[in-house]
Amino acid sequence: MTTTSWQVRFKVYRQRTGQKGTYQSYVLEVDPDEYILDAVERIWAQHDRTLTYRHACHHSTCGACGMRVNGREKLTCITTIRSVAKNGGTVTIDPLRNFPVLSDLVVDMGNFFLRMEKSEFDSVASEEHANLPYEKSPGNAEKAERLVDCIECGLCISACPAANTDHEYVGPAVLAAIHLMYSQSPSQKLIDLADHHTGLWRCHSAYECTQVCPSSVDPAWRIMDMRKKIIGNRLKSVFGRQEKVKKNA
Amino acid sequence: MINTKPSAIIIGAGFTGCALAYDLAQRGFDVAVVERGELASGTSGRTHGLLHSGARYCVTDSEAAIECIQENIILRRIAKQCIEFNGGYFVALNEADLAYAPAFFSQAQVCGIPVEEIGVQRALESEPALSRDILAAYEVPDGAFDPLRLAMTFAASAVQRGARFYTFHDVIGFLQDGKGKVNGVRVTDRHGNHPWEFNADITINATGAWAGVVAEIAGLSVPVMPTPGVMVAYERRVTNRVINRLCEPDDGDILLPQRRMAVIGTTSFEVNDADYIPVAPDQVQQMHERAALLVPELKNVKMRGAYMSARPLIGGMMSGRSLSRTFKCYDHFENDGMDGIVTVTGGKATTCRVMAENTADLVCRKLGWNHPCESAEVPLQDYHLYYQNREVHS
Repeated sequence: MTTTSWQVRFKVYRQRTGQKGTYQSYVLEVDPDEYILDAVERIWAQHDRTLTYRHACHHSTCGACGMRVNGREKLTCITTIRSVAKNGGTVTIDPLRNFPVLSDLVVDMGNFFLRMEKSEFDSVASEEHANLPYEKSPGNAEKAERLVDCIECGLCISACPAANTDHEYVGPAVLAAIHLMYSQSPSQKLIDLADHHTGLWRCHSAYECTQVCPSSVDPAWRIMDMRKKIIGNRLKSVFGRQEKVKKNA
Repeated sequence: MINTKPSAIIIGAGFTGCALAYDLAQRGFDVAVVERGELASGTSGRTHGLLHSGARYCVTDSEAAIECIQENIILRRIAKQCIEFNGGYFVALNEADLAYAPAFFSQAQVCGIPVEEIGVQRALESEPALSRDILAAYEVPDGAFDPLRLAMTFAASAVQRGARFYTFHDVIGFLQDGKGKVNGVRVTDRHGNHPWEFNADITINATGAWAGVVAEIAGLSVPVMPTPGVMVAYERRVTNRVINRLCEPDDGDILLPQRRMAVIGTTSFEVNDADYIPVAPDQVQQMHERAALLVPELKNVKMRGAYMSARPLIGGMMSGRSLSRTFKCYDHFENDGMDGIVTVTGGKATTCRVMAENTADLVCRKLGWNHPCESAEVPLQDYHLYYQNREVHS
C-alpha cells in the first residue's frame, strides 16, 4: 500500500422505492490501493447517510458487495480503485442487473437464494469436491473440508446475457451449484432441476459468467459439463446402459 | 406476568441480534428485527471467521475460554453448513513462547478444551507450509466459518418461527411513555425514506460496538469500547488448519484458512466512532510480517483484501487487550431506572448463541414468560431460507 492520494469522482446510482433512478456524484480524495467498497462506505459515513448498499465480510468470502463498476460486475471489497480508475477520473457504480433494485445499490437476492436452496447447494465440501475437477488435487493427503467457491454474489447472473432476456432462466450460479452437488452425489432430482428450457438449455455459451466470477467457480465450464453428463445419460439409455442414479435421492 | 404472546424488537442484525431473534421466536415471542444495513454489515461480517476453541483465551480470560469451547461444540452441531472444521495448531517460535506452553496446556485442560501436544515433526508433515523453526505444536479444535452465512442461518431459523427482519431500517428514536418505560422504536425505512414506528413489550439493543451510541438515543449509557483490529486476506489457502502463535493474545497471532484464502489477524486499538474505520497500511504490513513468521509461504502469496472490524469490548478503566472477551446483558431498569429496554454487547461470534440465550432468559424473567431455551439442541435452518415468507417491508 502507498500513501499516494488521488482525486476520484464516484458517480453512484441512486433510487428510492417507487421512484426513478438518477446518478449522484461525490468527489473523494482516495488512496488508489483502497477498495471500491471502502470508498462507497466513506461516501455513506462522511458525505451522504441516505446511500444504501450491501456488504458484510469485506474480504470476498460472503458475496454481499457485488456491484457494477464502470459497467462491469465486480466484488467491490477486493476491487482496488487503481484497477478501475485514474487520478482525476470518474468511476460509475450501479447495482447488479437482473435482480430487483430495492434502493440505490441494494438488490433483492431473495429469489436467487431460494433457487440455490432448491438446488440443494451445500456450502461446505471435502477439499476434493470443493476444487474444480480439472484442477490438480492438493498434494496433502490428509482429508480436509472447506467452504466451497461459490459465494452467491450474483455477479454471474448480472453479467449473463441470457438472464437479461429471460427472467425465468435459473442462471449460471444455480446451474453451477447443481453441477457441484451432482458431482458429489448424482440424482435424478438434480438432473430434473437443470434439464429444461429455463435451465441448462437456455445458456448461450457467452461465458460472461466465468469472466466475472470472483471466486473460481467457472460456471460456464460446469454448465457445459452438466450438459455432457445429461447427453451421456441419454445416449446410454438409448443403448441400454443407463448410468446408475439414485431415484428420489 | 403476561399471558398473551409477548412482543420484542431487536435492534441490530449481527450475530447477536440474529441468534436472539431465533431464541425469542422459538420461545414464543412475536419478534421484529430492525437493522440499518444488511445482515452482518457491522462487526459481525468483518470478523476473521475463527470458530474459537477457546484456547486463545485459556490463560488470560478463562471465562471467555470456557464459553468458547462449549459454544464451539454446539455450533459444529447446529450450524455445520457454515463451518469448515479442520482443527487448529498453537505453535511456539521462540523460548518465550515455550515458556508460555505449560500454563497454556494446563489451563486449556482446566477450561475443558481438548488439547494435545503433537510434536514438531507431525505438525510439519500435516501442515508443510508451517515455519521449519517451530519448537512445539499443540492441536486444538479450532475451525473457520462464513460470517454472513452464520448470521443468516440463525435469521432463517428465526424467520421459520415467524420473526420479521427489517433490514435498511435505521433507528432514529425510542417510543417512551414519559414515565420511565420504552415501548418500542421509531425507524426510517432507508429504501423509501419513510418514517415508521414499532411497538413492543421489550426492546433489545443488540448493536455490539454501537450499543453505546444507540443507548444514548434513549438517554442511557453502556460502557462499550469499539476496539478495531485489522485483518488481511490472501489469494491462496496455505494451511488447512488454523495456525495460532503460542503466546498471550497479541497482534498478528493468527492465520486461518477460509475457502481458497488465508486470513490473518489482528491488531487492537480503540476508537470512539465505529462507523468508518480506515485500514491503516502500517498495521497491514506489521500483520503480514508477524504472520509470515508462522507461515513463511505467505511472503509468496498476493494480498486479496484488507479490512477493519470493531470488537465490542465492554469498557471500564482497562484498555484493549486486557478487556474480557465475554459478554454482558444490561437491564436498564436496574441500571438506569428505564424499563422495557435491555442491552446485550461484548462477546465473540463463537459465543453468539449463548449470548442470545442469556439475553432471552433475562427478557423472559422481566416479562414473567416461562419458556425454556432449545437453541443448543436443534440444527439451524438452511441459511438460504432467510428469504422465505418475505414481505416487502417498505
